[in-house]
Amino acid sequence: MSDLPYSKDILRLAAESVGAGRLTPPCETGSEFNPACGDRSIVDLRIENGRIAAVAHETKACVLAQASASILGSALPGRRVDDLAKLKSDVLAMLKGGSPPQGPFERYAHFKDVAQHPGRHTCVLLPIEAALKAASQAREPRS
Amino acid sequence: MMAQAKPRTAAFDPPRKDFPILERRVHGRPLVYLDSAASAQKPLAVLEAMEAFATGEYANVHRGVHFLSGAATQAYEAARERVAAFLNARSAEEIVFTKGGTEAINLVSYSYLSQRIAAGDEIVLTVMEHHSNIVPWHFLRERQGAVLKWVDVAADGSLDAEAVDASIGPRTKLVAVTHMSNVLGTITPLKAIVAAAHAKGVPVLADGCQGAVHEVVDVQDLDVDFYAVTGHKLYGPTGIGALYAKRAHLMAMRPFNGGGEMIQEVTRDLVTYADPPARFEAGTPPIIEAVGLTAALDYLSSFDREAVKAHEADLLAYAREALREFNWLHVIGDAPGKGAILSFECEGMHAHDVATILDLEGVAVRAGHHCAQPLMERFGVASTTRASFALYNTREDVDTLIRGLAKARKILG
Repeated sequence: MSDLPYSKDILRLAAESVGAGRLTPPCETGSEFNPACGDRSIVDLRIENGRIAAVAHETKACVLAQASASILGSALPGRRVDDLAKLKSDVLAMLKGGSPPQGPFERYAHFKDVAQHPGRHTCVLLPIEAALKAASQAREPRS
Repeated sequence: MMAQAKPRTAAFDPPRKDFPILERRVHGRPLVYLDSAASAQKPLAVLEAMEAFATGEYANVHRGVHFLSGAATQAYEAARERVAAFLNARSAEEIVFTKGGTEAINLVSYSYLSQRIAAGDEIVLTVMEHHSNIVPWHFLRERQGAVLKWVDVAADGSLDAEAVDASIGPRTKLVAVTHMSNVLGTITPLKAIVAAAHAKGVPVLADGCQGAVHEVVDVQDLDVDFYAVTGHKLYGPTGIGALYAKRAHLMAMRPFNGGGEMIQEVTRDLVTYADPPARFEAGTPPIIEAVGLTAALDYLSSFDREAVKAHEADLLAYAREALREFNWLHVIGDAPGKGAILSFECEGMHAHDVATILDLEGVAVRAGHHCAQPLMERFGVASTTRASFALYNTREDVDTLIRGLAKARKILG
């Protein structure tokens, strides 16, 4: 029997919605759309010297995606841009039954029960993918 | 909480024993399958027919001279006859097998309309179409400059035939309309739409993927030019669908896919094509699936279809009444005479979250945009939760749904 992936921690994270809003330019922006449900997460990153100085997100989505975005809102400032790729692979590994991420992203452990709901994995990943797209913009030369 | 019991409106006993999957448990609870609009479960009659054919009669069809090839060809062509009878086509030659409803509509887009449409010509469609009846026309917009003219639905989800008529102009080359909305359950006034379009010399394609399941379809009476169906929603297998098309249209259409079976003659310098329907069935077709489809249509037709319809309407009304107690839940689509599909949004709760909680109660519903994003935009929502009813569902299934929704509200509300 599967466990309900809506713990009090998840619901609280979604309600807190840390980092909700948009940054004032200059910043990098990434947007990710879930074609299965129409949800969208837009993540703004201000990147300075390879580190994320500020983050904001606009996440019109389910509880799981909102909680995931909220973790990014609190944990990303001060992290290296390269940490995002590792975060994605760590979260993916956890959703396939592995250990949760450690360190600043340890609160992704709250999503461990989502592993039993394959159709919801993309919900957790939605804001991470948006953040990765924003980070990739930083590598593109500005026109 | 239980819905207030009203007398059942139809003396129909849901044939649950015919569907072995309904006996299974999900997350430790009895399965309540309310996702038949996405794909219906398969009765034993279908499964057994396919197994018997695969283990006793299977071979490739057409052009074979051995016994099994003859038997398989006979079964395959009998399936065509069965579909023709189910839709009341004039003959089996008006039935083209496809891999589903989507391919049937794409076939019309490529083989019929792309030859007849120029930049600025129009295709009329409604905002409640499934993407399968939108994207093939977008192809013609992108590639040939066709213009898509959208017909809105009313606030209750109903479609006015006069609104469709008003959208048909001198440059309209096709009206593409669903027979029954996969989101709202709206049954469209198809016969009136066809009459209005024909009065202006415009052919009509109907997406019958839902309509053929819940309505008794008579393509001759409707006078519709094209009617697309899919097997897996008709209690049949996946991988097979059919396009009904008037013979004159089929004869004038160019091939879609090239390969075996669809040719008359191939030389180094020349290829000529078989007559329809073979012209549109390149390659080895879905043979076992065709046998399954025959069994499915036999199965569905073995019931009094009006009684089935009344049963499904009873489930819809029962659910609709129960949901009135939830002032945080808003049903989208309340057109008079609608089919047994119930879409709704819950205040403060995302459809996927609601569906996940229902799933843990054993209730299978669909959540999302249901491949109908223009309709979601029309109603100002990103997604809905959808419960869809079939002949095997019961009022007890509805009760479980209602309990699950109350639980979802408690957790997420």
